[in-house]
This record gives sequence, C-alpha cells and structure tokens, in this order.
Amino acid sequence: MPTETLSLSAPPNDPVVGLKQRLRRAERRRKLLYGALILPLALFLAIAFIWPIAALLKRSVDNPEVHGALPQTLAVLKHWSGDELPPAEAYAALTRELTAIRGTPELGTAAKRLNRETPGYRSLIMKTARKMPLDDGVDPQGALMSIDSRWSDVDIWQTIKRTGSPYTAFYMLSALDLTIDADGDLAATPPEESIYLDILGRTFWMSLIVAVCCLLLGFPVAYLMANLPQDKSNNLMIFVLLPFWTSVLVRVAAWIVLLQNDGLVNQALIALGITDAPLQLVFNRIGVYIAMVHILLPFMVLPLYSVMKGISPVYMRAAMSLGCPPFKSFWKVYFPQTLPGIGAGSLLVFIICMGYYITPALLGSPQEQMVSYFIAFYTNQTINWGMAAALSAVLLAATLVLYVFYARRLGASQAPAGR
Amino acid sequence: MQPIADPIVTFRRVQKTYDGENLIVKDLNLDIARGEFLTLLGPSGSGKTTCLMMLAGFETPTGGEIRLDGQRIDTVPPHKRGIGMVFQNYALFPHMTVGENLRFPLAVRKLPAAEIDAKVKRALEMVQLQDFAGRYPQQLSGGQQQRIALARALVFEPKLVLMDEPLGALDKQLREHMQLEIKHIHQSLGVTFVFVTHDQSEALTMSDRIAVFDKGIIQQIDRPDALYDAPANAFVASFIGENNALDGRIEHDDGDSCGVRLVDGSFLKAANGGVGRSGEAAMLSIRPERVRIVADADGANRLPAQVEELIYLGDHLRIRLRVAGSTTFTVKTPVSRLAQSPGAGQQVHVEIAPEHIRALTPMPA
Repeated sequence: MPTETLSLSAPPNDPVVGLKQRLRRAERRRKLLYGALILPLALFLAIAFIWPIAALLKRSVDNPEVHGALPQTLAVLKHWSGDELPPAEAYAALTRELTAIRGTPELGTAAKRLNRETPGYRSLIMKTARKMPLDDGVDPQGALMSIDSRWSDVDIWQTIKRTGSPYTAFYMLSALDLTIDADGDLAATPPEESIYLDILGRTFWMSLIVAVCCLLLGFPVAYLMANLPQDKSNNLMIFVLLPFWTSVLVRVAAWIVLLQNDGLVNQALIALGITDAPLQLVFNRIGVYIAMVHILLPFMVLPLYSVMKGISPVYMRAAMSLGCPPFKSFWKVYFPQTLPGIGAGSLLVFIICMGYYITPALLGSPQEQMVSYFIAFYTNQTINWGMAAALSAVLLAATLVLYVFYARRLGASQAPAGR
Repeated sequence: MQPIADPIVTFRRVQKTYDGENLIVKDLNLDIARGEFLTLLGPSGSGKTTCLMMLAGFETPTGGEIRLDGQRIDTVPPHKRGIGMVFQNYALFPHMTVGENLRFPLAVRKLPAAEIDAKVKRALEMVQLQDFAGRYPQQLSGGQQQRIALARALVFEPKLVLMDEPLGALDKQLREHMQLEIKHIHQSLGVTFVFVTHDQSEALTMSDRIAVFDKGIIQQIDRPDALYDAPANAFVASFIGENNALDGRIEHDDGDSCGVRLVDGSFLKAANGGVGRSGEAAMLSIRPERVRIVADADGANRLPAQVEELIYLGDHLRIRLRVAGSTTFTVKTPVSRLAQSPGAGQQVHVEIAPEHIRALTPMPA
C-alpha cells in the first residue's frame, strides 16, 4: 500500500521537512541523470562547435602582427602625441627590432599588415630591414630617414601606432565597407574598394529568391502529401527525399551537363522550336537558382508537410458548412494554420542558402558568388584570417537576427494556440 | 411510418457506395419534419454518418435524390446549402478567437458590421459565454468549445442544423448536461436539428424522433417511447435499451397477440410484433424492468427460474436468472419494491404480462 510505505520511510516526528528533503533529493538525482544523458553531446558540441566558432570570431578582432613584431617601438609610441615626428628613442627601438626580426616570417606578416593600412608600407619595411643592422654609432633617426624619406612622415608613424593595438575593428568594419580614416573617424570605404555590402546584399537577395521559389514549388507538394492516403504519400515522400541520397557535388555536376549550351535542356528547347539559339542556363544566376532550389526543396517540403499533417481536413468542411466557398475557405482557414510550417521551412532554406558555397562556385559566374565564397577565398588563398572571420561573424549575426525575428513573430502568434 | 406534411428534408431512394460493390446506404427514404429533433442512431458503419454527410454536401449520393425545402440539393455544393453543422471535434478555427469564429459565417455573408456584432453577442448569450469572445478555442474547456461550436452553427440562422456525434469527446457528466442544454436550445429556437449518435441513451434523452440505422437501412423510425416499448424488429429491440431475448416457435397467432412455445417446452402469451404464421421461429423481447419475481407458479405467464447472481446497484437490484435455457435473463427491480431479496441458487418464478412480451422475427444470423 502506498500510504504505508510513505509513513514507514518518513520520520514520523517531522514529516513535512522529511518529505521536502526527500523530494529535493529525488529531483536532484533526476536532474543529474538528465545531465548525464546529454553530457556527451554537450561536450562534443562545446569542443567541436562552440569553441572553434568562438576562436574564429576572435580572429575577426585579433591584430597580433605589428603588436608581436614591434613591441618596444609601440611602447615608445604609446606616449607620443602623434602631431610631430616621434622621439629619437622610437627610431632606435624600430632599428633594434627590425634588426632582430630581419629574415624571419614575422617581419613579412607585420609588413603585410601595415601595407593593408597604407599601400607601399610593405616595400618600405622590407627596404629598411635589408639595410639592417646599422653601423655602430650611427644615429638611428638620421639613418632611417636617409634610407627612405618616408620615415620623416608623421602619417607613417601613426600607421604603426594605429595597427599596434592587439585588437582591431578593422576587419569587422571592412566587412561592412567601413574604415577609420586618418582622423580616427568612421568613414565609408572608397567606392572602388567597397564590395562587401554588395556581396552581402546579393547573398540576402539570392537566398530570398531561392526561399520563395522553394515555397511556391514545395507548398502544393506538401499539401498533396498531407491529404493523400498514407501509402501514396509515403511513395511521394521517397521522391521528395531522393535528392538527399546523392552528393551535392554529383547533383551540381549533373546540372552542368543538363543545362550547358549543348545540354539536354537546350537541345529539347531547340527541338521543340521554343528557341533558335541555345539559352545561357548555366554559369549565370539562372543556373545557380535552378540548382539551389533543387537541392533545398526538401528542407521546405518536410516542415510544411509535418505542419499540414496536423491540420484536420474537418476545418475546411467546417468553413464550407458556414457558407465559405472552397478557395476562400482554404485561404482564410487552412492557409493561416500552415504559417508555422511556412516560417520554419523558409527560414531553414534561407539560412542554409546564406551559407552556400559549392553551388554558386561551380554553377555561377563571379556575379553570383556569395559571402561564403569570399570567406573561403580569404581562408584558402590569401590566408587573411581576420577578414574571413569578420565575414563569418557578419553572416552569423545576420542569421541570428533572422532567427530571433522569426521566433518573436511566430512564437508570439502561436502562443495562444498552444502548439 | 405516417407521411409528414410539408417536410423540410426528403430523402428518396438514396443510395451510397464507396467501392462500387457494397452499398453503405441502401434505398433510403426519409422525411424530416419542420422544427423536429431527429436523431440518426446506429452502430458504427450503419450508414448514419454517411447519410448526414450527404445532407451536408460532403458526400454525393450514388443514386436517388435529396430535397431541402422542395429544392433538389444533391448537386448543390456544401457552402451554398445554408445548413449549420457541428462537427465531432468541434472544428473551431484555432487561429481565430471565439468572437472571430462566430463572425466568420456572417462575414462570409457580407452582413453589415453592426448586425454581425449584435448577432455574435446574441449567440454568445444563448450559450452563456458572453465574456469569452476574446479567447482562443484552446483556452476553453471541452464543454465550452462544444457550446461555441453550437453557437457558430446557429449564428447565421440556418433552417437546419446537423450534428455529427458532437458530445463524443466529453466526459459522462458533462455530456448529460450538454444533452439537456442542446435540447433546450432546440426548443427555444424551433430550428430543425438532425443529430447523429451511436449512444442510445443520448438519443432517447434528446429526440423527438429517432431513426435506427443498421446495415444501411432505417430499421425503425419513431418516437423514443414507441421505439422502446414497441421495437419493430429484433435489432431495434436489442440495440435500444436492455433486452432479454428468449427463442421459441409460434404455436398460435391471434392477430394482436400470439402464443409461443419456448425451447425448453414452456409456453408464454405475447404481443404480436409482426411475426410469421404458426410454426415459425420467434424471438421474445422482454424488458428487464417488466419482469416480476414471484414465489410460485400459480398464475398466467409464469416461468420457473433459478437465481444465478445478484448485483446491488443502490437504487435497484439486478438479478441474473436462468430462465427457459437462457442464463443471461436479467431482471431489474427497485430495492424498495422487494420485501426480501432472493439468494443465489434459489428457485423462484418470473411473471411477465403478455403485453410486455413482444414476439419478433429473429435476426438472420
């Protein structure tokens, strides 16, 4: 009997406290168990996902090159006002440090970093370093100025000071086509150098088009699947999932074969007399849209299907019994109930699309390359981790903003429905 | 079945098949009187819901014709029929508030806003949920959702309201309460209600008339008391209320009454419920509350019985007896009418007045 065991194990003199303690102990044990169940995955995520992302994001503000190469010079410049030429100790420290790192990779990276700030700086550093070490007893200031007259330029020294801090907003600002001008104010990058806002806009726009196309194509399929008998909808589901069974690369290659100038699609169009000359369907935006919609369609159909499956067909009947014509019933009663699915599917497709790399890289012209292409470009080709990390951070931030927007809008509208 | 003058709905020779082989509704003829509360009662698969769906327009008859107010409606789409309907799980639109749900049929009809407001208010008052217009359906209890569904089906003032097992999802107490509430709303509005259920006590409680369906055919259509006291056949007798069935053979047929020889050789006089001639098989239908337990065999229509089991139910006692070969013969007696309850295994006699025994043609096995 339950009451008997309860009175046996609880101390009879203080039953309330004993009960509460035992409840807490029981709950603690359960919480520990739950914790243990998710621990392996939580650890894996922390090591393989959260930590690398955090490390990468840190690189977007990291600025170690000059700071690591010229610490003494920077220490002297710290107290320098920046209005006139720096004190003689600065010249001496720079001479010492250039001598010390001459011929090491450190010099090269620092020179490259400075060059990014002021074009021509790289050659200045390299030229100066080649003349090191100076002969004993020579005045470093005069010697440097005679090696290159630019060492008597205040701006040149300001560049060292500016790039010398261990952290910088340079990459993040560059990713948004912004820069800090000589006066230390935020300014737009000159138009011939500003590309990232365009690319970001293009990434958004192309993702939007793909998401809308997926919605337009996926909605009827999901509706059909949700309203067919189970065996038929299962068969249809196989066709929806079929693209998942082959690699993206294979599918992209297949699209190239199909869409190229003498490909199957163009041959068919010409044979049918629709066009005389082959249409340019690949290595432009049309090709990218076709392939991306094809690849991402299942991500739209599945959330839509799962939401539609839960909408009873009785709602449509009820609307019609109340005098509402069939199409209006669909629009007023069925469609609003699919909004959570539309939101989830569109967001999924849009977010995946924002990070797409392979398809535009293989099927598009330079005009179709999205943010991910430039991230790959900076990591693989120019080894500019700062820029790669900054672009990644912008992409991540845009995705998070979208997600929060979605959660607010649909979360709020769904709260009363309790689903 | 007496003809009904000026019926609101007529079914004539209506048939329905889904697979082209089996008729789920066979040759249905039915007149529904203006303002009545008609219940379609039957086991699942008997065709009652199909019948309702054909009336609502969600199923198309395979044959025959259905008229509403003299107009053929079997080719009219559901949204043009102007029939109110309450669905099994209410089908309140989850993305609309209660108020928006009620406005829906009126807005579709493009009524002026002021009139819509007035009608919605009146409908909510009718179901006593005036303060709930701003809530979402999920925030209401089952009974409240039920009332809103009813209000929504009535708010556009249809002449005919259909209900498809609307109380099935409610617990027993609430269901009984809602039965009376729906009945009172029906009485105050004078609208024709057609109600589908498989629960015979629900049908008896609410209806003016009940049509008992089985195998796609209306077995009997009549007032509740007539159905209970004078079932037309063995199916109706067993489906409505509790029933003791004794098998026998007709010995003589005197028109309104007849004599039946039971399988164990004993003899009973019974009311003739439309059995065949002498020598043919008959099933005697006896209601448990019409049986009297007596000590001896001195009197007409008495049979020897042995008490098998006693079940005490507070206000009454159920006694299971062995009578004429049947071991499931049940007697229901109010405790107050029993001076001394018999013990199990005791030999007694049962007496049933001939007018409370109905001799019916047995169901084909």
